[in-house]
Amino acid sequence: MQIDTQANAGSTVATNGGSNGSALTRLERSLQAWENDELAAFISRQPESKTDYRTASGLPLKRVYTALDVAELPLEDVGLPGAFPFTRGPYPTMYRGRTWTMRQIAGFGTPADTNGRFKYLIEQGQTGLSVDFDMPTLMGYDSDHPMSLGEVGREGVAIDVLDDMEALFDGIDLTRISVSMTINPSAWILLAMYVAVAQARGYDLHQLSGTTQNDILKEYIAQKEWTFPVRPSVRIVRDTVTYCAAHMHRYNPVNISGYHIAEAGATAVQEAAFTIADAIAYVDEITKAGHDVDDFAPRLSFFFVSQADLFEEVAKFRALRRVYAKVMKERFGAQKPESMRIRFHAQTAAITLTQPQHQVNIVRTAYQALSAVLGGAQSLHTNGFDEAFTIPTEEAMKLSLRTQQVIADETNIPAVIDPLGGSYYVESLTTQIETEIFKILDQVEALGGTIAAIEEGWFQQQIADSAYDYARRKASGERPVIGVNKYVEPEENVVIETHPYHPATEQRQVEHLRNVKERRDAAEVDRLLARLKEVAQDDTQNIMPATIDAVKARASMGEIIAALQELWGTYRERPVI
Amino acid sequence: MTQEGPIIRVLVSKVGLDGHDRGVKIVARALRDAGMEVIYSGLHRTPEEVVEAAIEEDVDILGLSLLSGAHMTIFPRVIDLLKARDATDILLVGGGVMPKEDVATLKEMGVAAILLQDAPPERIVSTMRQLVADRGPR
Repeated sequence: MQIDTQANAGSTVATNGGSNGSALTRLERSLQAWENDELAAFISRQPESKTDYRTASGLPLKRVYTALDVAELPLEDVGLPGAFPFTRGPYPTMYRGRTWTMRQIAGFGTPADTNGRFKYLIEQGQTGLSVDFDMPTLMGYDSDHPMSLGEVGREGVAIDVLDDMEALFDGIDLTRISVSMTINPSAWILLAMYVAVAQARGYDLHQLSGTTQNDILKEYIAQKEWTFPVRPSVRIVRDTVTYCAAHMHRYNPVNISGYHIAEAGATAVQEAAFTIADAIAYVDEITKAGHDVDDFAPRLSFFFVSQADLFEEVAKFRALRRVYAKVMKERFGAQKPESMRIRFHAQTAAITLTQPQHQVNIVRTAYQALSAVLGGAQSLHTNGFDEAFTIPTEEAMKLSLRTQQVIADETNIPAVIDPLGGSYYVESLTTQIETEIFKILDQVEALGGTIAAIEEGWFQQQIADSAYDYARRKASGERPVIGVNKYVEPEENVVIETHPYHPATEQRQVEHLRNVKERRDAAEVDRLLARLKEVAQDDTQNIMPATIDAVKARASMGEIIAALQELWGTYRERPVI
Repeated sequence: MTQEGPIIRVLVSKVGLDGHDRGVKIVARALRDAGMEVIYSGLHRTPEEVVEAAIEEDVDILGLSLLSGAHMTIFPRVIDLLKARDATDILLVGGGVMPKEDVATLKEMGVAAILLQDAPPERIVSTMRQLVADRGPR
């Protein structure tokens, strides 16, 4: 009888005595026989449609996976949900304990307009809020700045001063619903406003749950919203993280993001690796300043796309959790399990949605939502069928919510944790993606780290190359896009009601800002801005308290940014094509 | 495909606050691979800056990529500036995401072509060549 003499550090699916070892040998022989007999005979009558099958990232795929493909996989790497290395999920009960948060983004017009949409979505079963801001707010400009012309309240809500933040959340109890704010270079200012609103309402700051996206590194890489150069911007992120660690225990000050990296063109593997590289840079920055990793790491959160290649996405999410857990433990010496586990928000992939035959977007979004749930997301935004036209209507958002609710309530998927765990294919692919992520992280190290690689344009070039590759495949039809390069309807009569932009928005917002400026104590604002600049100049000081004071005095977001630009300058990109 | 006549010079640009540059970079690369001389303005430019650059670089075509919805503010401004600078021989082309009604309006205003989110790179290249051929020598 054949005894398996392989000595492993951990147990694998191959051990447990000799019988499994010889079972695998029998399987190997069966597989070979099958390839030579049944398969060969079938292919000779009917060839497969391709000679080379790959994931969307380009990883090679076998026609079928078997126990042989996971024979060497250490069971410890798969593990259990809620325990290191968290491959199967960050919590021991996952959706059995709590359904993922249904968090549709909303934002347009004035704060009162958006407040209305928030209330509508909550009525429709939304369980967390997510705010989208207009381009001026995202870029740090007030509504009355020349660069804001034509853009106020168009793609998101306009926020200039504290009064806007109050109006945005009018009638909404911030201690009972979590709020995510999709804001980056000006994130710390909006966080300061959020804190000011909470304090005015008498809330205990530790009760507040939510997040600011506040991931500036991925801006330089992909989303391209910025004000200051890289290093002072990273300092700001550091300050928000340490401020929240001390004052807002339930708040997630950063949402380290891969979504935008993917939407800019990155493959799943690149998205995962580049996001972890950003996380490493932040943790480096914060621990270098003397903070213990376990003091802040539990509140680092993440945001990924849920793209079209269903199984690759599931494997990606699992690989991400495993890689991050290993990095936090081995590189940063984290002790608390909470410091090692990824919790993430997911959004279905906007780039995949089309104008032609736009109702098909509902189907695409449903499958992408499915892979987010199978992959263990904590929070999910499902895009509207009108995503390729403009920002979504109520009707589109309602259907998107229902898409999530069907998964949650009708498919029975939430009953079992990590249901694809143990799949020969998914475990194989998870390990493969993990390996590829670590390879990229090594490349980033060799370049001198994340920030150096950003300054060199390395990530940006990788993304541009992947984007170009995708465009070529889409143009050639190699990458089918239904309605665009396959099953095209030549004369389509598109009937779609899209969300309107109200042209009076800009004027209303500008007038409101002027009124606030007239009523406030101008000398006090000047004094507080001067103080903020002093604090900003000292790298060892945290800029949050001074910012909170400034916003309370009705300093505007644009004024705060402009004051610090005097100190730090502005970022100028050297574009790579 | 060989190109006849002098090399076509193109400035592709992003005007305003919109930071979506995936498409404009693909266009830049496709045009460059097709033998054109391409300059990319980078992000967050003003209409004044891109018109100035288009004139200075003596381009045949000025391309504007917009996904922010601000096209009906920005395009008219660029058109006015080209007129004021007596540079209307520079062909104006648009790309990105815009509603069909606006596309029609912009073409009436004088935008030579608008190629939106699903336009394949080859069609963008051939459209540029056609526009320059139709305009004739400057």
